Amino acid sequence: MEFSLQHIPMENKLNIKEFLDKDEQKDLLRLLTAGSVDDGKSTLIGRLLFDSKKLYEDQLQALERDSKRVGNAGDHIDYALLLDGLKAEREQGITIDVAYRYFSTNNRKFIIADTPGHEQYTRNMITGGSTANLAIILVDARAGVITQTRRHSYLVSLLGIKHVVLAVNKMDLVDFSEERFNEIVSEYLNFTKSLNIEDVNCIPLSALNGDNVVEKSDNTPWYKGQSLLDFLETVKIDKDQNYDNFRFPVQYVLRPNLDFRGFCGKVASGVVRKGDEVMALPSGKRSHVKSIVTYDGELDLAFPPQSVTITLEDEIDVSRGEMLVHVNDQPVTSRNFEAMLVWMDEKDMDVNLNFYLKHTTNTTRVHIENIKYKVDVNTMEQSKVDFLKLNEIACVSFTTAKPIFFDAYAKNRNCGSFIIIDPITNNTSAVGMIIGESSASSYFDEQAIEINLKQLNIEEKHFEAIEKVCKELEKKGVIVKLVK
Amino acid sequence: MEEYKLSHLKELEAESIHIIREVAAEFENPVMLYSIGKDSSVMVRLAEKAFAPGKVPFPLMHIDSKWKFKEMIQFRDEYAKKYGWNLIVEYNKEAYEAGVGPFTNGSKVHTDLMKTQALLKALDKYKFDAAFGGARRDEEKSRAKERIFSFRDRFHQWDPKNQRPELWDIYNARIHKGESIRVFPLSNWTELDIWQYIRLENIPIVPLYYAKERPIVEIDGNLIMADDDRLPEKYRDQIKMRKVRFRTLGCWPLTGAVESEADTIEKIVEEMMTTTKSERTTRVIDFDQEGSMEQKKREGYF
Repeated sequence: MEFSLQHIPMENKLNIKEFLDKDEQKDLLRLLTAGSVDDGKSTLIGRLLFDSKKLYEDQLQALERDSKRVGNAGDHIDYALLLDGLKAEREQGITIDVAYRYFSTNNRKFIIADTPGHEQYTRNMITGGSTANLAIILVDARAGVITQTRRHSYLVSLLGIKHVVLAVNKMDLVDFSEERFNEIVSEYLNFTKSLNIEDVNCIPLSALNGDNVVEKSDNTPWYKGQSLLDFLETVKIDKDQNYDNFRFPVQYVLRPNLDFRGFCGKVASGVVRKGDEVMALPSGKRSHVKSIVTYDGELDLAFPPQSVTITLEDEIDVSRGEMLVHVNDQPVTSRNFEAMLVWMDEKDMDVNLNFYLKHTTNTTRVHIENIKYKVDVNTMEQSKVDFLKLNEIACVSFTTAKPIFFDAYAKNRNCGSFIIIDPITNNTSAVGMIIGESSASSYFDEQAIEINLKQLNIEEKHFEAIEKVCKELEKKGVIVKLVK
Repeated sequence: MEEYKLSHLKELEAESIHIIREVAAEFENPVMLYSIGKDSSVMVRLAEKAFAPGKVPFPLMHIDSKWKFKEMIQFRDEYAKKYGWNLIVEYNKEAYEAGVGPFTNGSKVHTDLMKTQALLKALDKYKFDAAFGGARRDEEKSRAKERIFSFRDRFHQWDPKNQRPELWDIYNARIHKGESIRVFPLSNWTELDIWQYIRLENIPIVPLYYAKERPIVEIDGNLIMADDDRLPEKYRDQIKMRKVRFRTLGCWPLTGAVESEADTIEKIVEEMMTTTKSERTTRVIDFDQEGSMEQKKREGYF
């Protein structure tokens, strides 16, 4: 039997074996959609799912039934109902959190993080966008570039998303005017010049009628670019990863028997090969990669985002939270850094509270040294504040209790990102993107409890065990400085 | 650059392994919930992959509702033995001895007592602080919004409006005593990904997924397999042999079969791609009440 995804031309139909063999080779594109219900965002997503046949008959029936009952789309099917899953938000008529959608075409698999556009939900857009390769920013052709568009674009640039599609929707309501489209595009490009976005593409659409969503539309003969789906299927994303700087945060130490000691982790960036000379941070001890082990056999090399187990030629002590890197290419090892911070907690920032910081697999206590400036996400204006509230973004400098090994977020997403955890509620209070090292602070040295092992007549052979206990204590928030 | 390309399945695999290892490293007493279904089978293989050549450092737990298909139980025991898993099986003893079942009490009461309550009791009994589940975000609307590390309060309840932000691949594993995290390493997998992975990796699955002549009786429009002699008297003379398969597995009186000729993975995928019904329509419990899965999840169901 032959079959195909709905929008694929008849001549491209495959038999099942061919289909599966091809499907297996597809890559994955993670995308973020930003815009409000009014911009037709849910309709656009609904159409992408519908036209790639991801909607089943029973879902469609439920959708038609619900559209008549509580829909806001008149005679049309209200795709928004399909996407707004939770009861609470169905009642409110808005999407309240990030929801993930999945669809695939002949060439690629897609994960959509669907996030709301309202101001109070900056938090959700940041959450949805953290792993995205690409962002679709919707504007209503009648309204053009508005404050919300600028806010979304700023957040996208803050998250380091490299590809942006400006989807100029509701073109049917401006008579598919080329002039109107060009006006919006030039205003948008003028604005994004100041932001660091590598690749911006603008597409005129009507999500409701399907113009330029899957197929090029006859209504816009003046538009020479690709349809949205064509663009999503072909945009190159393989250069988005950092393959230059090898960073391997050790996640778990595997010791099944005395002959095997493997360091498990996900390659955060760069490429590692069997035989490479590596250095463990923070100890500085060196060795060579003996093998790169996986369940499916050994590999000659590993690259992001592979999860592997590395064994070394020499028995050196490396534990979770530490990092393997190439000897001649090291990250910054420091306790002081500056970052763009987004406050995600309903509870205001308490600058006197020492939060936990989780960076790669490394957790430590962190002190907020100074809020350099707050950024207004609507105007990009900077101002001075004493603390942050929910959805506020600022440049902040920090001091940690033990060193972390980082790169600038702009250069290395995985080694430049971190979360801040409230030590009382355990909530994820803030998330940050590292800019670089900041000036030294002695904060935690003053806080630390000093214990002199010599004075206590403790023998040297016990030092290792005591250091382990101190590491555990640090996890619980007690910082001990050992004097040997 | 081409040499550094990963297929979507390898990328999903790497993501899942990372999640599984993170739990093993951050929690004191994790457990992997095992439903014996195809998604569980994939999750279990990913755990084996995460710690190879070592052993998986946490047990597998099956909550037995006492109404599972016989073939599921047999598969479970054989798989655990073959791959050296520490398998825990728990059930709601009081409810079982009181004779609770889907025919006598209806699907709602049965599911609550034999699945949700049994699970909560077992989690409390062993004081697990993290429990892996094989749920996927593409399965059901309320699942599309759940985090990979999903916080549960000391009453095992989920608050969809108050979820912890979750960014990049940095997971917040901090909890107070008595609280726990449900972890969903297959969050980003789709149904097709699961089948494709089973096919490529030769992962064993329960034979009920493949079409075969089976004794079937039609109850309220669902094709129910007569799996044991607890089928009520009134249905027994309606049993007909029909070639069917199951798209999901659960309690046999609550799991509808579909008529099918698909007896290989390729045929199953082909059927899935051309079918007009979504996966969960063969699960009787979803239709109990509006927003029913969300309600069950708030109360602690997976």
